[in-house]
Amino acid sequence: MKHIVKILSLLAAISAFWIGLLQAAIIPRSHTWLLPIYFVVSLGCYGLLMVGVGLMQFPTCPQEAVLLQKDITEAKEFFKHKGVDVGSD
Amino acid sequence: MADEKENIGEKKYKYSIIIPTFNERLNIAIIVYLIFKHLRDVDFEIIVVDDGSPDGTQDIVKQLQQLYGEDRILLRARAKKLGLGTAYIHGLKYATGDFVVIMDADLSHHPKYLPSFIKKQLETNASIVTGTRYVKDGGVHGWNLMRKLTSRGANVLAQTLLWPGVSDLTGSFRLYKKCVLEDVISSCVSKGYVFQMEMIVRASRKGYQIEEVPITFVDRVFGTSKLGGSEIVEYLKGLVYLLLTT
Repeated sequence: MKHIVKILSLLAAISAFWIGLLQAAIIPRSHTWLLPIYFVVSLGCYGLLMVGVGLMQFPTCPQEAVLLQKDITEAKEFFKHKGVDVGSD
Repeated sequence: MADEKENIGEKKYKYSIIIPTFNERLNIAIIVYLIFKHLRDVDFEIIVVDDGSPDGTQDIVKQLQQLYGEDRILLRARAKKLGLGTAYIHGLKYATGDFVVIMDADLSHHPKYLPSFIKKQLETNASIVTGTRYVKDGGVHGWNLMRKLTSRGANVLAQTLLWPGVSDLTGSFRLYKKCVLEDVISSCVSKGYVFQMEMIVRASRKGYQIEEVPITFVDRVFGTSKLGGSEIVEYLKGLVYLLLTT
């Protein structure tokens, strides 16, 4: 099944639930009408939260740059001895 | 070595490492050195797909061939810059390994992670092992706050829309079973980093088992290439395309 069909089915199920709520009037209708807006806003807030949290926890590796430089030097030395002209950066 | 093989009773696999290059005269030599350093007991070949680099990349590769052997380093060049996807397809034609590794030539992907890719695949029998920069033992160096923000935002958006099952969608340091790569690549049409996303999403939709290993990514290029508005638009277009067609 294509992914978009899955997403649309999910949206259709949520819409059916919402329409059901509207008709059954368990919650006052005025509230029910606003539910989709609450849903979209919460989704947006959740997304922003995930971006913020991810940004704070973004894994960095400054030591890797140092290690890489060491590897580059090691490789250049090796090639100098083998007579391969790698030139300069 | 022969004793080890008999004791473990394991089949010895061969790995083809495809590296597309364009003006990577110095980096390709260093990458080759590091691959040989970190894969000492592994049967592998390196396939360099160079797109007619004017800086003498191919000359260096030929010297490396003299040093390491033409059976270990294959130079399969093309006349001009023709794109990443077709570079992989081109390299695949000459690959004789059971597995294919794709990686970048600019040293952002460090060959020291190759053993962990191989180990993960052998442990899990995964069809694809992809490197992820966004987990605890992974990481990125060389990105400023803005770049990290766009990366994180792009990732959250892609996760929400596509449910891809991997944490790093745009990464291009991956190990594929050769038959899986052939299958997935034939159905991909995008370019650039959207191509990398399309590959992993299509593989996921086809039900291939995908495992991840942490990798570190040292970006020495970022300062020179800015992430502008047009890249963002292209990314969004790519997301919508993937949402609708996978």
